[in-house]
Parts: sequence; C-alpha cells; structure tokens
Amino acid sequence: MLTDLLGFPPQVLFGQLLLGLINGAFYAVLSLGLAVIFGLLNIVNFAHGALYMLGAFTAWGLAQFLGLNYWVALFAAPVIVGAFGMGLERFLLRRLAGVDHLYGLLLTFGLALVIEGVFIKLFGASGQPYPTPAALTGGINLGFMFLPWYRGWVVVASLIACGATWYIFERTKLGAYLRAGTENPKLLQAFGVNVPLLTTLAYGYGVGLAAFAGVLAAPITQVSPLMGSNLIIVVFAVVVIGGMGSIMGAVVTGLAMGLIEGLTKVFWPEASATVIFLVMAIVLVLRPAGLFGRVA
Amino acid sequence: MTTKLGYAAALILLLIAPVFVYPVLLMKFLCFALFASAFNLILGFGGLLSFGHAAFFGGAAYVTGHAIKVWGLPVELGILTGAAAAGVLGLAAGMLAIRRQGIYFAMITLALAQMAYFLFISAPFTGGENGLQGVPRGHLLGMIDLQDNMAMYYFTLAVFLAAFWLIARTVHSPFGQVLRAIRDNEPRAVSLGYDTDRYKLQAFVLSATLAGLAGGLKTVVFQLASLTDAHWHMSGEVVLMTLLGGVGTIAGPAVGAGIIVALQNTLASGPLSAWVPVVLGVIFVICVLSFRRGVIGELQALIRRSF
Repeated sequence: MLTDLLGFPPQVLFGQLLLGLINGAFYAVLSLGLAVIFGLLNIVNFAHGALYMLGAFTAWGLAQFLGLNYWVALFAAPVIVGAFGMGLERFLLRRLAGVDHLYGLLLTFGLALVIEGVFIKLFGASGQPYPTPAALTGGINLGFMFLPWYRGWVVVASLIACGATWYIFERTKLGAYLRAGTENPKLLQAFGVNVPLLTTLAYGYGVGLAAFAGVLAAPITQVSPLMGSNLIIVVFAVVVIGGMGSIMGAVVTGLAMGLIEGLTKVFWPEASATVIFLVMAIVLVLRPAGLFGRVA
Repeated sequence: MTTKLGYAAALILLLIAPVFVYPVLLMKFLCFALFASAFNLILGFGGLLSFGHAAFFGGAAYVTGHAIKVWGLPVELGILTGAAAAGVLGLAAGMLAIRRQGIYFAMITLALAQMAYFLFISAPFTGGENGLQGVPRGHLLGMIDLQDNMAMYYFTLAVFLAAFWLIARTVHSPFGQVLRAIRDNEPRAVSLGYDTDRYKLQAFVLSATLAGLAGGLKTVVFQLASLTDAHWHMSGEVVLMTLLGGVGTIAGPAVGAGIIVALQNTLASGPLSAWVPVVLGVIFVICVLSFRRGVIGELQALIRRSF
C-alpha cells in the first residue's frame, strides 16, 4: 500500500503534483504564446501576464454584467482579448519595426504597467471570486488521491490548446506561412503573402492563448489585477530553460517545471518559490542555449 | 564647451539647491541619479538590457542597513560593504546572464532578480515585509553628525559626484571604447581579438557595484531598507529614468531620475497618487514610441543641428 511514500502521505504528494501539473499547464500555454509572438515579431511580450489577467477579468465581467457563463467566456474572452491585442500590435508595436528588439520589451513593459495599474485602481489589489462551472464541481476519489473535476479539466483543456496550436503550425497552410514568416519574412512578403497581417494575427493568437489560460485560472485563483505579474517572470525563466524554438519544447518544459515546483513544495517548501530560477541557472551553466534551443 | 558649461551650471545648482528645496527630496534624487547612471553603464555603453538591477540596489540597501545597525560599522564602511556585496551578487548574476544575448539577457537578469527578491522575503536579516527600519545615520568619519539633513546632503552629493566622475572616466577610457565597440558590433570586436565576455562581465560588475552604492546610500538617507527597493518595479523604474533622460549619454540618466523623482513627488500628494504606475507606464510607452533618444539625446541632436 502506498500509505507512506518517503514519509509523506500520498494525498499530500499527489495533491501537490496535481497542483504542479496545473501550474505547469499554465506555464506551457503562456510560454507557447510568448514563442508564437517572438517568432513573428521578435518581441518578448512583457504584457503577457497583464493580458492573462485581462482574460480572467473579461470572463468575470461577462458573468457579472451580461450573465454569460463559463463556457461562453472560455471562447469569448480569448477572442475579445485577442482582438484588443491585435489593436495594440497594429497601432503601437508595429511602429517599432526596424528598431532594436529591446524596445519591444520596454514598450510591452509599459503597457503591462498601464493595464495592471488601471485594474488596480478600478478593482483594488484584492481578488474577485469566480465560481467553478456547475458541470465541473465535485470530483472523483482515485484511491490514492481526490481529483476535483475542474482541476483535471484545466490540464486537459491546456493540453488541447497546445495540441491545437501544434496542429495549426505544423499541419495547415496558415501554419506554413507563419513558420515561413519566422524564418524569413522578407522572402515571404516577396511571394505575395501579407506579412504585416500575419504578424498581427500571430500577436492576436499568442495573446488569445494567454487570455484562455486566464479564464481557466479564474475559478482556481481569484481574479485579481496582480495575478499575472509574478507569473510572467516565472514564465520568462521557463522560456529561458526551454528556448523559444519549438512548440513541443515549450509544452514539455512548462509541464516539467510545474511538476518540479510541485515536488519541491512537498520536500522543501521554502525553496518552492525559487526552484524554477535555480533550474534556469543550472541550465545556463550546462546548456547555455536552453534545453530545446538552437545556438543563436 | 557647452557640455562643460552645462556641468558647471549643474554643479552650482546642486551646491545651492538645499537652500531652496527640501534636502531629503534632493538626496532621493541623487541616489536615483546614481542608480540610473550606474545602470546606463551596462545598457547605454554595453548594449545589455538588465531587468534585474533592483536586486543590486535592494540587496546593497539591506547589507548596508544590517552592517550599520547590527554589526555597528561606521556609516562609510557600511555603505562600502553594501556596494561590495552588490558587486559579488553582480559577478554571480553576470556570469550566468552573459551566456545569452539580447532579449534573453533581459529575461535572465529579471528571473535572477526575482529569485533574489524571494530570498530577501524569507531571509531573517531583512525583516520580511517590515523591512529594516531605524538604521542610524551615525557620524561621518566619527566627527560630522549625519542626523543633520544638510550634512547628510553634502555627504550624499560628494558620493554621487565621485561615482559620477568614475562613470564618466570609465566611459571615456579605452575600456569604455571597447565596450562601445562590443555594443555596436560584437563579432567585429571578437575578430579584433577582444575577449568580449570578459569586458561585458567587468562592466556588469562595475554597474552592479555602483547600483549597490546608490542602494546603500539610500538606506542611510531614509534609515530604511525595504522590499520595494528590490522589487522588479524598481528595475523597471531605473530603465525608465535612463530611457527618459537618454540611453548612452553621460548626463541623461541623472536628468531622467530628476524628472521621475519630481513627478512622483508631485503626484504623491495630489489626487493622482493612485495613478502613479499608470502614469509611469504611459511615459514608458511614449518614450519608446517617439522619444527614444531621451531628453539629453534630443538636446544633443538639436545642438548638433544648430551649430
């Protein structure tokens, strides 16, 4: 019997592993969005955490003011926030074409400050509750642990989003254009493809992924203005560990880092906030290009 | 010639300023001007965007506070201990961060600084959320009572001027020239036989040490070291000051620091106090989109055009 695993009751161990898996799913979806945006725009989107928060708040607002339920929000919020993101790209980020990529990071940092600042002013730093959808309340006893349905759903939905992204990029014509735009935008433009439009779409898609993660997170964590700001720094570390070269790399690294964080919470709780940064430091020493990165 | 006149005028202004302006506000400005100038050494002249300089500023603030309050070191030694600690921290962070370039450098420094931030939260000597309070200002060289704001101001000014002079000398030295060559074209600098990683690391450590000097000085001025100093917002603020004043200009970061400190001070007492982060964010966006040369950069361009 697994009553006592390394001195920890299995409920604690598996419970933390599940939490780690959920966090890992968020890391995966967010770093995937960052990678999509980086591929086409060469910009590291510092506003990603703020847009994740915006996704959660959109879901909350749809429920609060329009009475729309979770399932509608799960599709509507990414579309709304994605459209907002496309506006940001079209009217602000596009003006930075041709200047040092660092300015893109600075611009999106400024945008993150503005978005988060406005929401703190409107809603305060504390969170708004968002109910778990009725169909997913409760859970199942697996014998070694209790699995709440909603938490299982978050992992499944995140993996579906990652799989869909993989399919779009690797198996569709649009994906072929996007990959070509990552490799050589000028040549692609010469072939008559509207690269600026493609870039706007890519930004919108990456942002939409962030908003999707935000909606998924809303019933677990409270909907608060600062829910994205610390998360995004961890996601940056995940991106440094995995590299932004491949979709699989982002997903695998994200999930693995979540699990490592979960395990650390069981065996060495004090280090759980820093373990991913520690892994990043070790990877930088042993494999400076990142686990899945190509040498720049 | 114009530059020299400008510096002379600025020096005179700084010398007589405490008669007209509240000295503590001026000291805050000097600390941040030093912080931003140190930061500019690595961004403006090394071309490396560090998004983790708050760790050096805040780390040194804690070490200085601890050294003075608990170990009982004299104030000058306390500040130097803080700066040295920031230098060591900078060496560790720099050795990791220079292994990647460009955008990754920014992400790595940010992540490492966040790690430092979490360590500061849990470490016993930082006082957690309360911070390190009531750090005594003590006596300079055992003689001058720094509790007097005027004495403290001129001490701060002296430290600032010495560090500012060191930064200007570094930028104009052969070392600074190599650094600029690396910024403009690293493969070329490598082909000329320069060990570019070593230059970048040295510049990073120097920048971190001077950022630490600013942090230690800040602790003595406000008699307080807190988590705010080490938070990533602080890293963002110093980027903004540098950008606003002019990246890669000698005087720009200090001017940018002056504008931001004055702005924060004005907004803090008005109805807009809750909007400060939003205002800073908007300035960030405007600067990046249409004011990339900054105040001093634009001035230089104007002077070049008109003469």
